Amino acid sequence: MALRADNITKKFGDSTVINGFSHEFTDGSFTCIMGASGCGKTTLMNILLGVITPDSGTVTGNTVRMSAVFQEDRLCENLSALSNLRLVMRGKPDRALIETELAAVGLTDCADKPVRDLSGGMKRRIALLRALLAEYEILFLDEPFKGLDDATKQTVMEYCRQKTAGRTVILITHDKSEAVFFGGETIILE
Amino acid sequence: MKLSDKAKKRLFTVCAVVFWIGVWQAAAMIINKSLILASPVEVIERLFTLVPEKSFFPSILFSLSKIMLGFLLGTVTGVLFAVLAGKLVFFERLFSPLITAVKAVPVASFTILALIWITSSDLSVLITFLIAVPVVYSNVFEGFRAFDPKLTIMADIFHISPLRRFVGIYLSQIMPYFRSAVKLAVGLCWKSGVAAEVIGTPKGSIGEKLYNSKVYLETADLFAWTLVIIILSLITEKAILLIVDIAAKRIEKL
Repeated sequence: MALRADNITKKFGDSTVINGFSHEFTDGSFTCIMGASGCGKTTLMNILLGVITPDSGTVTGNTVRMSAVFQEDRLCENLSALSNLRLVMRGKPDRALIETELAAVGLTDCADKPVRDLSGGMKRRIALLRALLAEYEILFLDEPFKGLDDATKQTVMEYCRQKTAGRTVILITHDKSEAVFFGGETIILE
Repeated sequence: MKLSDKAKKRLFTVCAVVFWIGVWQAAAMIINKSLILASPVEVIERLFTLVPEKSFFPSILFSLSKIMLGFLLGTVTGVLFAVLAGKLVFFERLFSPLITAVKAVPVASFTILALIWITSSDLSVLITFLIAVPVVYSNVFEGFRAFDPKLTIMADIFHISPLRRFVGIYLSQIMPYFRSAVKLAVGLCWKSGVAAEVIGTPKGSIGEKLYNSKVYLETADLFAWTLVIIILSLITEKAILLIVDIAAKRIEKL
């Protein structure tokens, strides 16, 4: 069942952040939501995720299993990178498999390091990896490549494109090049 | 040969200890009255004569078991109170005046009062319990307050199971606070436990030995038993922290 937003409105105080947003995110589609900072991209994502209730309008199709890279990393700082990934994976996944995935995003030898000892860019990649390795029907990515240098960003974006091929993905970004790279539909919030 | 940072730090600590023992020895030589200040050499000599005595190890065992029992009970209670207070504001408000009062009341007042209720042999259990509870409660509760509620939302989105959520998210966040609490509480328990024994003088305790050394003006004995207490405090602290660290590592690796 496709994820569908109908006439969503959200206000914070006197400020209307989302005004009558409607869209259907079809299964297997890649959608970029773009807009300037503070235009309500993250609020919209949280409404679609069911974390925030809209003032009016409805969201349907969000009862399926979802995965996300949040605006903040939301990692367990005292756990190792490996444990953070295992936390969201079913059963006790093979260590070698996780290490291969870590190496694919340039995080070789990071598996046993506590996340608190890693740099911002490394944490971001673990947050992205966590979202990609979890089971999901719909994947939300809220600026997943922020804080990465150009070369790493290119590698990680390529990895992300391979991993999400044919899946329902909603990417939130203010970087036009990311939207161009992934293709798909682009929605611009004003 | 190049020394690692860890080795340099250890070497510096050893040098600092040697320096202060030197200061102590110099002060004892200047005063030249072992009744007022026994020298480190005299203390070590006395310690070597104390160790073979029949009552040495039973005294250690007596105080160690009582103080550690109080510490353990206090730690469990402190954690339990902190969990309740962290979950419900009602408990936080309920415990707040009690914890503040227990923190503020001097050990001597508790000890004298406790002597009316219980026998002197169990005194150090109660006193160390009362010392450990507020320390553990305050630290673990601080851990709950520092918890990022957004992690709960993350766990909801990813459908993380209750067990994994408890161990991986909650316990891993609380562990550093618990470690600080335990580290602080062990030392305080030894100080307060022995102080309580000195007041209550339960038979066969380290406190009784300290009390006797005061009565008979045996300063070397006083210093030797103090050294024993310091060593016991350090050993128990290291042992307990080792257990906590092993538990933390296991949690870290999930």
